[in-house]
Amino acid sequence: MPKELWKGNEAIAEAAVRAGLQAYFGYPITPQTEILEYLSRRMPELGRVFVQAESELAAINMVYGAACTGARVMSTSSSPGVSLMMEGLSYIAGTEVPAVLVNVMRGGPGLGNIAPAQSDYNQAVHGGGHGDYPRIVLAPSSVQEAIDLMGLSFDLAEKYRMICMLILDGSIGQMMEPAEMPEMKPITERNFDWATNGAINRERRILSSIYIDPPAEEIANLRLGKRWQEVQANEVRYKEYYLDDAEFVVVGFGTAGRVALSAVRAARAEGIKAGLLRPITVSPYPYQVIDQLAGRVSGFLVTEMNMGQMYDDVRLAVRGRVPVEFYGRTGGMVPFPDEILSEIHRIAAGQWTTGLDPRDAWQARMASLLMR
Amino acid sequence: MTAPTNLVYERPEAFTDTPTHYCPGCTHGVAHRLIAEVLEEMNVIDRTIGVAPVGCSVFAYNYFDTDFVEAPHGRAPAMATGIKRVLPDRIVFTYQGDGDLASIGMGEIVHAAARGENITVIFINNANYGMTGGQMAPTTLPGMKTTSSPNGRDVETQGYPIRMAEMLATLEGTGYIVRRSLHDPKNIRLAKKAIRMAFETQARGLGFSLVELLSTCPTNWGMTPVQSLKFVEEHMVPAFPLGDYKVSEALKQVKV
Repeated sequence: MPKELWKGNEAIAEAAVRAGLQAYFGYPITPQTEILEYLSRRMPELGRVFVQAESELAAINMVYGAACTGARVMSTSSSPGVSLMMEGLSYIAGTEVPAVLVNVMRGGPGLGNIAPAQSDYNQAVHGGGHGDYPRIVLAPSSVQEAIDLMGLSFDLAEKYRMICMLILDGSIGQMMEPAEMPEMKPITERNFDWATNGAINRERRILSSIYIDPPAEEIANLRLGKRWQEVQANEVRYKEYYLDDAEFVVVGFGTAGRVALSAVRAARAEGIKAGLLRPITVSPYPYQVIDQLAGRVSGFLVTEMNMGQMYDDVRLAVRGRVPVEFYGRTGGMVPFPDEILSEIHRIAAGQWTTGLDPRDAWQARMASLLMR
Repeated sequence: MTAPTNLVYERPEAFTDTPTHYCPGCTHGVAHRLIAEVLEEMNVIDRTIGVAPVGCSVFAYNYFDTDFVEAPHGRAPAMATGIKRVLPDRIVFTYQGDGDLASIGMGEIVHAAARGENITVIFINNANYGMTGGQMAPTTLPGMKTTSSPNGRDVETQGYPIRMAEMLATLEGTGYIVRRSLHDPKNIRLAKKAIRMAFETQARGLGFSLVELLSTCPTNWGMTPVQSLKFVEEHMVPAFPLGDYKVSEALKQVKV
């Protein structure tokens, strides 16, 4: 396929269609609405299901119902809408049916704004709905990567009977980039042995997240945990840049990782041996690669478009062996490469934070913004 | 043992052998049976998918011998929408109580009806939250005592009962909206006929169908089963009038 100019949100929509999306349920919210709009035209022309739901609550439960039939199904939303979907996500996880959800993240908390942010990291990776449940979370940093991960997310969701979330900040949803679409995949009958699609010539099936007997719920949780171990062993994805001879490593996902790459390249041009690790799966998280790096580099700089959420995961992998600095922008602000470069300069000059949580040190450096 | 020569009553084919968990005298069992008989008579058991709610009938999936899913509280119409849109040739029904449908799930039921989703809803109105122990529901009668309206529902502070059938019948997407009662054999027969019509509505693609069934809750009402039936007849039927609130033109021609 030739490269074409694609807007991120529309590219995601078309990539899902080409991956065999059978049903889409969504609700308008900026900055993801173009996905809904695109699919409102595209799905019916292919004879597939499109429903604009009355709320995100309804949308995710329509996804839940359709997922129970074994169909390829997804919803998309943005931060406040995804908060509303957390109930449904927990039920989907508890019922062990595959579903895909895209969160085009915006500034928060509350109504926040519609500018790009990564502040739903903890909700997606660590929190969200109630109960113990694992979920796969992918974080693209370009329109092309979003297209590529869209197809993968359906495969992963079905392989592990698990939620697969794609989290990207609003800038990837809104910007246009040259990108290559995959070929259109035919919709195949997958005949899952768990799907509730009518008990024709077979025993009837029940799909539920209820385990009223605690011992049974414990077994269900342990089963989910075991499956998660498989995911951790097989599905960690990340991208390395200049790590071979790096003296310290910048870690960033999505747009923050992409901006950091510009900064790292500029640093390299100055002869500073900085590297970049960009997690693509933020759940399962690439703890192992950070663990290994921590044994040979002098420290890390985590850069995010939030107050330092993924930071905790990096620190968990580093286990105190070397310093982990933080630089973030939040509330819908996107860092410029120069800002990250000046952090790299500080580190290259050996000015590591001491005696203070580096996030507090970062907040102290940001304090001038509060004075305005 | 010889086979009975004149078998007049047996477990419908659409039922499993599982004994229900419902309280003695509760009309859930009657409502379940009527649905099972209709599914059997329409010969659709193997292509029916049920959606259970949260409430007393949360375990409904244990009793029907069809595929079943279990929805979050109030979201059954949304789940049913997802299933039916993907599998339009299946029969999809939800079974919901008043807390589930008329309180937490009000948004989902109204919009499923407004979209004209081709699903069937069996709505059990027993004027309280049964499973959690008899709290006030949107359908609780004025003055009626519950565990969360201990002095009786005060309409000044706790509002008025919601008449779902009347409300939903105003929506153009609906094909069949009726209210029946389960308080005596005659009304039970009428209820069965309505349930049949509701499923026929769906089978013919005539839009959203709902049968509201006035039901008893002897345990939480603190009454005997017989007193409960009387209560439905004397107090609930006047507050929730029985009748056909919407019967689409196409459906009026259907004879079953």
